[in-house]
Amino acid sequence: MAGQVATGSRSGLRSALPLLVPAYLWLTVAIFLPLSAMVFFSFMTELPLPGKAWSFTLDNYATFFSQPLYLTLLAASLRLGLEVTLWCIVIGYPAAYVLAKVFRGRSREAIFLLVILPFWSNGLVRIFSWAMVLREGGILDSALNAVLPFNINIDLMYSYPAVIIGLVHSYVPYMVLTCYLTLQAIDDSLIEAGRSLGASRLQMLKRVIIPLSMPGLVAGAALIFVPVVGSFMEPRILGGRTGTFYGTVIEDQFVAVFNWPLGAALSFILLAVVLVILALASPVLKRAA
Amino acid sequence: MAGVQVANLSRSFGAHTALDDVSIDFADGGFYALLGPSGSGKTTLLRQIAGFDFPDSGRIAIGGESVERVPVEKRRIGMVFQNYALFPNMSVADNVAFGLSVRGEAKATIQSEVQRALDLVQLGKLGARRPHQLSGGQRQRVALARAIVTKPRVLLLDEPLGALDKALRVDMQIELKRIQREIGITTIFVTHDQEEALTMSDRIGILRDGRLVQEGPPEEIYDRPKSEFAATFLGDANILRGETTGTGIRLPDGTAIAAGAGATLAGGATASCAVRPERIRIGTDSGTSDPNANMLRGQVSKRIFAGNNSTYFVDRNGQTIKVTVQNTGVEKLAEGQKVVLRWSPESTVLIAAS
Repeated sequence: MAGQVATGSRSGLRSALPLLVPAYLWLTVAIFLPLSAMVFFSFMTELPLPGKAWSFTLDNYATFFSQPLYLTLLAASLRLGLEVTLWCIVIGYPAAYVLAKVFRGRSREAIFLLVILPFWSNGLVRIFSWAMVLREGGILDSALNAVLPFNINIDLMYSYPAVIIGLVHSYVPYMVLTCYLTLQAIDDSLIEAGRSLGASRLQMLKRVIIPLSMPGLVAGAALIFVPVVGSFMEPRILGGRTGTFYGTVIEDQFVAVFNWPLGAALSFILLAVVLVILALASPVLKRAA
Repeated sequence: MAGVQVANLSRSFGAHTALDDVSIDFADGGFYALLGPSGSGKTTLLRQIAGFDFPDSGRIAIGGESVERVPVEKRRIGMVFQNYALFPNMSVADNVAFGLSVRGEAKATIQSEVQRALDLVQLGKLGARRPHQLSGGQRQRVALARAIVTKPRVLLLDEPLGALDKALRVDMQIELKRIQREIGITTIFVTHDQEEALTMSDRIGILRDGRLVQEGPPEEIYDRPKSEFAATFLGDANILRGETTGTGIRLPDGTAIAAGAGATLAGGATASCAVRPERIRIGTDSGTSDPNANMLRGQVSKRIFAGNNSTYFVDRNGQTIKVTVQNTGVEKLAEGQKVVLRWSPESTVLIAAS
């Protein structure tokens, strides 16, 4: 009996293999190969261009540790990732709850569309439209001055809050979507059962709803935290001079300074740090879930 | 513990009237079944008593205290849901402890109360398990333990046995009844299963289209249904329609049917008589043993064998009359055979036309 089941699943795996091949072939070509090249670059003294001599070195990695600037920038980027993730939870989770548990039918579809809308616009366009809103004499400034009886001066452009606003705007849909999926899977009768046992809404949230939607929160947080730590577009355009982060420095190495080996090394250090953080966080999050 | 009084309760959802002027008195400590087809309003009524939804008009009192505007979390009720609704992120013991711990009871109290409740439903050793590790019947017991551990004033059950297979359902009926007797809690039980309602409850309320059709002890409703619907929904019944004579009816072909029970009606109105299939005697001879008995002639069109009994479908002038007889091994009538049906007026209930 047990043997039969085992052979059954093995032949099932064999017949399912063709379904896996396209994805893994694509991943190999599109991610593994370029990434391997980057690993290779990160150990070189120079880019292997014609007429340039190069050799293997660990200097690129050593640079990170010898110059405190990089560590400071990495810390700033991690803090940025944490803050943006927290804001996305604060803004996205309640929205996901209302979408999953309050709205029904057509109105839910309409509201849902509004949440996904940012996905449909170009990222650069989104960021520049934020620039128009946030600058002095911009849309936010003019609107507030038109409504308020006294004069205020709002210039958020080229500031840390502007970077946060831009990033939260870009990434909050991920949190809404992942949380919506787990919240929607929670049976309404669980909430009713809790209430019939005398639990207040806050107690239900704390003891049943948040624990049951934890997988969505974790997935959303990972989807947001990782790219935000390495982000460079929003910090550069909305942050200006205050927008120097780890991601922008990496971008500089590739685009401006043309020091690909250092850029590659900094990227892999970031990757390692993020993986360590996720590995350390996973048992804690698993226990919470 | 407390009784529940529902008075003139009405509730509409848009154009749909879910409850229409329903009044029922649920006695303290009683086991009450709300029976009806789907869409009859029985679940709406239960949810009103629970406090998940508020009535448009009418009164609900638990233990004499008006609660129709009190939200569910303040009503001190216990509820068992059709799908059990156990918290999947908690152990069995934590599920049962939930109601006590949100009330801020002391840890030691919670622990001993939870153990007592689990012992009561005979799951004393399974406290550490997760709900998904339990069978359907065990989950049902956990749901029950969770509902009663807080000592609610009333226990509400929404088709609690609907998801169980038949053998387990019969076990759980007996078990549920035992537990209810042991703690003496007022219990209101929603079901569409007439057998469940008959075997478990002290009183039954039959609902149809949001109205209370009839209410009383199971025997009374079964023996003296007040409407054709009540007669056919609770158990099986043959309905004969005709013109009333005051103490019975006259069928369109002139045959008189005497009724010993039911409504008293003025002569001349249309009315019907209900008679249970098992009250009719079926035979081939026309000799009269009881001159007062109602008698009809017909022809067997079909026989359905069901183990301990058989049901004959007897055709009389195009109307099918069902007759159920115990399988004593003596008599077996063939299809197509001409038969005589006899039953006493006492087994005949006169019902006013609805």
